[in-house]
Amino acid sequence: MSKIVRTISNILILFIFIYGLYIIMHGHLTPGGGFQGGAVVASGIALLIVAFGSQNIHKSLKEHHLSTLESSGALIFIGLAFGGIATVFFYNFLVGSPVFGHIPPSGPNAGDIWTGGMIPLMNLAVGLKVFAGLSAILLVMALATSMTEMDE
Amino acid sequence: MRKIVLAISLSIFIAFLIAAALLLHPFGYPPSQMDDYIIENTQRETGANSAVTAVVFDYRGFDTLGEATILFTAVTGVIMLFRKKKME
Repeated sequence: MSKIVRTISNILILFIFIYGLYIIMHGHLTPGGGFQGGAVVASGIALLIVAFGSQNIHKSLKEHHLSTLESSGALIFIGLAFGGIATVFFYNFLVGSPVFGHIPPSGPNAGDIWTGGMIPLMNLAVGLKVFAGLSAILLVMALATSMTEMDE
Repeated sequence: MRKIVLAISLSIFIAFLIAAALLLHPFGYPPSQMDDYIIENTQRETGANSAVTAVVFDYRGFDTLGEATILFTAVTGVIMLFRKKKME
């Protein structure tokens, strides 16, 4: 793409990543969560691939690294689910503990980031997983199309 | 023959549609008490302000586990489909 597109996407990518991280981290306070925020971050990767070309992105972002990130996100998710196995699978064992343990008052309130038990941690794990998975799909498909264009 | 079968199956389908529309619960009066329970207790039990996220990640974590598995399988399939062929 042209130099204008590359410069503007260099600036915009920061805001896209920060917005995606905000959606992931505030999943237990506002609408959104791991899936949505991960999709936003992956759309930032899509912008990079469109602006700079998949070959250039592939120099610094390999699909097997993304695959490893995705698997580790899934493992963190299942590990957190197994953390509450003393009561029941997927039991929220962190409510009232020092980690994300505050309990908000009932009814409408402004919300506090340090609440939710294991829900913010699970949001992080799922966000990592969705970001890495969608980015791996995009990168692999873009690489395949650019390879066939070079062959012809 | 095909037209007759098509007409019969379509009329059964439309009959089910009309029955479902007539049997709908009135707006604001859901058939179960589950949503009232979640609205009242989600902040005390899970500590999360967003009840939707509390349902997705806490009350129905198994469902989210299935979704994550679906995404994992999709990514695995796409990477396997587009893998580089080895040069002979």
